[in-house]
Amino acid sequence: MNPTIAMITFRSMLGRRRALLLFVLPGLLLLLSLVLRLTDTNDMEVDTNVLQTFALGAVLPLLALIAGTGVIGPEIDDGQIMYILTKPVPRRTVVLTKLAVAIVLVTLFAAVPTLLAGLILGAPAGLTPAFTVGVLVGGVAYAAVFVALGVLSRNAVTIGLLYALVWESLFGNFAPGAKKASIVQWALSVTHSLTDASTVHPAVSLPTAVTMLVVVTLAATVLATVRLRSLTVASAE
Amino acid sequence: MNVSTIHDIGYRHYDGKRLGRAYVTRSIFVHNLRAAYGLGRPARAKVMPFILVGIMLLPAVGDIAVVAIAKRPEALFPYTRYQFMLQLIISIFVATQAPVLASREIRFHTVPLYFSRPVGHVDLVLAKLGAFATALFALTATPVTLLYVGGLVTQVPDSGEHLLHYLGGLAACLLLSLVLAAIGLVVAAFTPRRGFGVAAVIAVLIVSEALVSIVQKIAEHTGHWTMSGWLGLCTPFTLVDAVAVRLLGGKEGVTVPSGLRGGAVALVLCALIVAGSVLVLHARFRKAGLS
Repeated sequence: MNPTIAMITFRSMLGRRRALLLFVLPGLLLLLSLVLRLTDTNDMEVDTNVLQTFALGAVLPLLALIAGTGVIGPEIDDGQIMYILTKPVPRRTVVLTKLAVAIVLVTLFAAVPTLLAGLILGAPAGLTPAFTVGVLVGGVAYAAVFVALGVLSRNAVTIGLLYALVWESLFGNFAPGAKKASIVQWALSVTHSLTDASTVHPAVSLPTAVTMLVVVTLAATVLATVRLRSLTVASAE
Repeated sequence: MNVSTIHDIGYRHYDGKRLGRAYVTRSIFVHNLRAAYGLGRPARAKVMPFILVGIMLLPAVGDIAVVAIAKRPEALFPYTRYQFMLQLIISIFVATQAPVLASREIRFHTVPLYFSRPVGHVDLVLAKLGAFATALFALTATPVTLLYVGGLVTQVPDSGEHLLHYLGGLAACLLLSLVLAAIGLVVAAFTPRRGFGVAAVIAVLIVSEALVSIVQKIAEHTGHWTMSGWLGLCTPFTLVDAVAVRLLGGKEGVTVPSGLRGGAVALVLCALIVAGSVLVLHARFRKAGLS
């Protein structure tokens, strides 16, 4: 961990209008929950639907994508990463710091709003803490994967979108096998183990989910470190 | 005493034909159209658009194969439904390519260079919007055309009716291209930072879709069917689908407002979106064009 790198990264992610994008998505989630609560149209099924499809299924992947690729991608693209890489700071520290910043951002803008949305909705059967923990562990895995993608490829955002939207959502609906390799489903499995609500249906069992979450997070972090060791900075397009 | 002589250091003047505004605008259009598919740029920029084009064509090819081999003409996808079925892929195309057209000049502060030529602010905006809409039309209309040709070759019955539906499908593709190009370029023009533009555009398209479908489900749950239909006008894909279903004779899929009135309102909304985006982009590029 390097406080200077962390501070610079935070400033580049939250500076000026960029933070707006990060506020809009959780803002919509809270607005939706508030409207549902005020019109009194929510029951357990609706609560689960909102928390599962919107908070866990849409807000989390998009925010993790913005945060994960945003902490390192633009710097590699415009060559600014050289100013960090030429300092006597281990590459491992650089990757871990960037990852920590991404995780903090995901926690602030995805996990905390999920908790608030659950509280606003007054979700029964311990759905609120269960989904908050689910979003948190899913967010850590997503952040690690997207930071690694940001180091590996210049098309990181597009590849991330293809994975999160096409693989997890689209293929997941048609081919149930695709759901087994989906971070959202692993997070949902963790959620399922923490609540006794009957409306949560994960596609994988808890031990598999926890193992996969840990393995993917570690593998992505190691991969990012290894790739950053031999990074070639090409000129901007 | 002639003041100008001290500046005249003997360069020859250009006396040839000046190509003018129309030529510059056409050049910008062609350049942006090529850029939307990564043509004239390194291979890295071509990978994503052409992968997405490939994914767009796959279901059409598969469907024609089913129709031809299993001899089931009723399995042919309805032309107006195709873009709706593959809206995720179209959204990703818009998200990845809109920043290519709208963000790069703003990010590198090169917009003033355009306006040092005889080109107006509106010309630049219309050329960019037209180029992106054309690129999107190529993306959406090609598989629909493929379906129609496949239907002709496998001799699906009622060819006259199919032709009408096909033309309706093309009109829907054109409308969708215009609306998506308008939304995509506006969002991308305001998020010049690399990567952020992609995320912002996809957030607008996907989150509006997710949000509206949840609210629609709840409205239907509580019996507000009319309200649910009108809510459908809040996302670009359902908006265009409303026009396609109500005015162009498309097959009904999702909840859209009923009657011709619903279609007309949707069409007016589409026109408003496109006109509004021209205004916003005009203001944005004029500001970026001040050096």
